[in-house]
Amino acid sequence: MSLTLAGARYRYAGTARDVLDGIDLEVAPGRVVGLAGANESGKSTVCLVASGLAPASIGGRLDGSVSIDGIETKGMAPHEAAQRCGVLFQNPTTQLSGTTVTVFEEIAFGPRNLGLEIGEIVGRVEWVLDTLGIAALAPKDPARLSGGQAQLVALASVLALRPAYLVLDEPTSQLDPQGTRLVGEALAGLAAETGTGILIVEHKTELLAAMAHDVAVLETGRIALAGPAPEVLADPRLAELGVEPPASARLRLALGAAGLGSDRDVFDAIDGAAAGGPRVGGRPAGEAPAVGPPVNA
Amino acid sequence: MPHGTYHALNPTTKLVIAFAEALVAFGVRGWTGPLAVLVVLALTALAAGVARRMVPFALATIPLVISILLVNTLLYPGAHDVIVRLGPLAPTWSGLTAALQATLRVIAFALSAAILGLTTPTDDLLSDLERRGLGRRGTFVIGSAIRMVPRMGERAGEITDSQRARGMDTQGSVIRRVRGVIPLAGPMIFGALTEVEEQTMALEARAFSAPARRTVLRVLPDSGAQRLVRWVLFLGAIAAVAAEIAGLLHLP
Repeated sequence: MSLTLAGARYRYAGTARDVLDGIDLEVAPGRVVGLAGANESGKSTVCLVASGLAPASIGGRLDGSVSIDGIETKGMAPHEAAQRCGVLFQNPTTQLSGTTVTVFEEIAFGPRNLGLEIGEIVGRVEWVLDTLGIAALAPKDPARLSGGQAQLVALASVLALRPAYLVLDEPTSQLDPQGTRLVGEALAGLAAETGTGILIVEHKTELLAAMAHDVAVLETGRIALAGPAPEVLADPRLAELGVEPPASARLRLALGAAGLGSDRDVFDAIDGAAAGGPRVGGRPAGEAPAVGPPVNA
Repeated sequence: MPHGTYHALNPTTKLVIAFAEALVAFGVRGWTGPLAVLVVLALTALAAGVARRMVPFALATIPLVISILLVNTLLYPGAHDVIVRLGPLAPTWSGLTAALQATLRVIAFALSAAILGLTTPTDDLLSDLERRGLGRRGTFVIGSAIRMVPRMGERAGEITDSQRARGMDTQGSVIRRVRGVIPLAGPMIFGALTEVEEQTMALEARAFSAPARRTVLRVLPDSGAQRLVRWVLFLGAIAAVAAEIAGLLHLP
């Protein structure tokens, strides 16, 4: 049971070059996998492929295997894939339908498309509003929300389809620190409480350090680094791959350069500060979340 | 009639009323059709309490009305009943009459749409039409087009501000303002196209292409009397136009 890319190669329609060149990636239920990399490294394409939008919706050629809980996405219609794997893009304004007058109706947009009974739709909307802690937004106009609120509503709209996995393409790129914190906390809580597997593309390595279990780093369509988040985010090759290491890793490097690299007390203090510093989803950074039952497994 | 009564009518009833008014205004020749519709519109506007808010809609027709008056009065084909000769110009009574009748029709059409818009939230109308079978694509296209207008306005403002920040002069004379519109067009169009692509994928991610019939969340009040009114108005308007075309109506 997982969202799995095995040897995935993808080229966009009308182009001659593979943008993804043999990607192997696995997102298990309840796990948060971070994906980082320089611009043009293929991160957004991984999102499109993993969520089943490519090639089903945008065309192109996919080789290798992409499966959601053992079912290949190649034969899946977009609306079927949407119920198994939700996808969220970076611009909150384009995520919203633009046809609804309240946040409640906006979140109900997806379930309505499935033709569900009204009681079921209302139940799903109320569940997702409570899960993300945004019940107060329900009567508001989606066009009048702040960036962070709009991104949470977009996330809620995807979650209302009850996907077992989420693919997030830089969901905090247009958000201020407050909005980033809101979305980060909501995502970490979601993985912990519902067992949703999350693949998140993110430039903000602080956020990845705070919420991801594993991190992979892409370089020109290939995975250059992969492993547990603390190890990958402390890897000295990170900067060469176009990814800014988190502050704690930079501090370690600076201390090492200043000749304090062997001072164990200093490292313990850094680790203690990191563990007690950015708290996401009610748990200290680096601590594995409790895994509940999958939402729509 | 309390103001709320007209507002509370089913949105489709109000849509049919507007349709019937427009059909009669344009389909029944002479003065009778447009004048009768304008009288009905005036009474409806008073009853609905929106008479004052309809003024801007009437004013919005001025450019079209001016062109209708000029073209018909001066260039009406086959007219020889010249009012007065003004050099090469020869306005005619026939042309003026046709222009005034066309003007009344345009105003009647604009005001019938205005009353519908002022008394009916767009979302209620779309919701009701969707319940009656308008497809999700139709609903989405109409709804997003309406909601896109303020978004495009905001985007235009953002682009104008950024152009000004780089030294573009977009204020002052008409020529300067027109010149300022040109660099606005590219970012507006390309930005909108990019957004459409991303929004299309976002819609797919929300099961927009699912084959099931879409659930309607809000069922707006309707009644047997309103159904009867809708059919009577719809068929009546068509009958009036058919009678006019067949030459059975001899109205002024």
